[in-house]
Amino acid sequence: MNGLLSHEFMRNALLAAILVGVAAPAVGIYLVQRRQAIMGDGIGHVALTGVALGFLFQTSPVWTAVVVSALGAVAMELIRAHGHARGDLALAMLFYGGMAGGALIISLAPGASMASLNTYLWGSILTVSRADLLVMAVLAALVCAICFGLRRQLFAVCQDEAFARVTGLPVRLLNLLLAVTAAVTVTVAMRVVGLLLVSALMVVPVAAAQRVGRAFALTQGLAVVIGVLVCLGGTVGSYYVDVPSGPAIVVLAMAAFASLAVAGSVLAKLRSPRLSRSSASDRPRTGTMAAEVSVREPQESR
Amino acid sequence: MHGMTTPTALTVPTALTMRAVHVVRGGRPVLRGLDLTVRPGEIVALLGGNGSGKSTAVQAAVGALPLAAGRVELFGTPLPRFRAWKRLGYVPQRSTAASGVPATVREVAAAGRLAHHRLLPFRRVDADAVDAALDAVGLLDRADDGVESLSGGQQQRVLIARALAGRPDLLVMDEPLAAVDTAQQQVLADAVAAEAFRGTAVLLVLHELGPMRGLIDRRVVLDAGRELKPDTGCCPGPVGSPADLTATIGLLA
Repeated sequence: MNGLLSHEFMRNALLAAILVGVAAPAVGIYLVQRRQAIMGDGIGHVALTGVALGFLFQTSPVWTAVVVSALGAVAMELIRAHGHARGDLALAMLFYGGMAGGALIISLAPGASMASLNTYLWGSILTVSRADLLVMAVLAALVCAICFGLRRQLFAVCQDEAFARVTGLPVRLLNLLLAVTAAVTVTVAMRVVGLLLVSALMVVPVAAAQRVGRAFALTQGLAVVIGVLVCLGGTVGSYYVDVPSGPAIVVLAMAAFASLAVAGSVLAKLRSPRLSRSSASDRPRTGTMAAEVSVREPQESR
Repeated sequence: MHGMTTPTALTVPTALTMRAVHVVRGGRPVLRGLDLTVRPGEIVALLGGNGSGKSTAVQAAVGALPLAAGRVELFGTPLPRFRAWKRLGYVPQRSTAASGVPATVREVAAAGRLAHHRLLPFRRVDADAVDAALDAVGLLDRADDGVESLSGGQQQRVLIARALAGRPDLLVMDEPLAAVDTAQQQVLADAVAAEAFRGTAVLLVLHELGPMRGLIDRRVVLDAGRELKPDTGCCPGPVGSPADLTATIGLLA
């Protein structure tokens, strides 16, 4: 391990892995909650056009990707919010357009080719520079501030929009904020897992965490822990075995999901007897109808 | 609150006023001149067949739908200027309280406190209000269970607890009894009665009266987007006929 940390590129890579491991599941949980797990994929496709534009204008592909994927995410959110009957077709076309646009533009860019995109498509965490890391840290901090700081607000909006609006929450603004945050996360994570697999890091740790967690806050925390562990593991793995970091990280995440799914079913068996405990006696406060209810609850009459 | 209430609120103490409300959905008029008033402490049931506009009426009342014509006032403040959301509790028509990620009963109900604590941290007073609301619907002992492990009727009770957690002055419920069996309907009827006793105005959409029958102060039957007939003299409640009278004024506007 000491040998590992003696290389600067490896230190950068491991820091990048931590940043992405925290940020991607932190925002991904809201997409999963809204049953929009596929949205990260769409943003990834659109971001490819942004990366290619960066090559074309010979500026940093990260910033052009942030702008283009944010625009794409806002478009996706508007399509969703308006609930068009053909919304899924509009989204599909946005995905295809992003992919085709990226491939077309990159072939026009001076001194770049499809091979230049490979780093972004599959991730290449070992080439993250100190300057890249600084940009990633700033963006990841922003993502975390929004996802953890506005947890109750975003939870309410993603759980029940009709209700959230009537509590006075700026629902449209929060939805757009979430879309842009997801887009920023995609561009932060693209160097680590690649645009084609970025969505997996937003979704799979959440899917794994919810096999064992019953509370939303706990599930989010657990997903972040899983995200960090698989990112670190995949990065170290891609150092020792010469494989791209993205697929290594995602395969580890899948393994985490599988083992937690098994652990979750065992946990469910252990938990189930607890439901049968009598509850009327240890109630901390007695409401007007508390006694009647506990008699009627089928779970409690066992 | 905080200077939001206009002088009219002091002279006309209605929680909800709808005047000649028209709503168009998908090019089709769904509400055609609805008048409705709900006063503090009053329980008003909105009845009617499928497509009569009951659900549209409550959605218009809470500002979830744009009005084609007419006026809605909450506590004397016209809806476009209404900001005192913490005075309003809303139970939307939903079959489930679950979403794509697990959440506990307490977490779902805690969303009802957002209008109170806003961007500030969730405090002790918020937690106490959530516990009290869960107790009122008889679910406090299930507070830490996953909401998706509950039956349909229990999930409906979680959504009602969420609305009660904000300690609202006006409670608007869209088919709160839809998925709830008869025994649980009685629990909810008791919870609603306790709220009204506290002075909360209650407007609820019902398919059938069920155990609510004895509680309802006034029934408003909708047909094709307007009130079918004023139901005066049927169930004289604590507020009585003045409210009935206001509801019938401008019936055919």
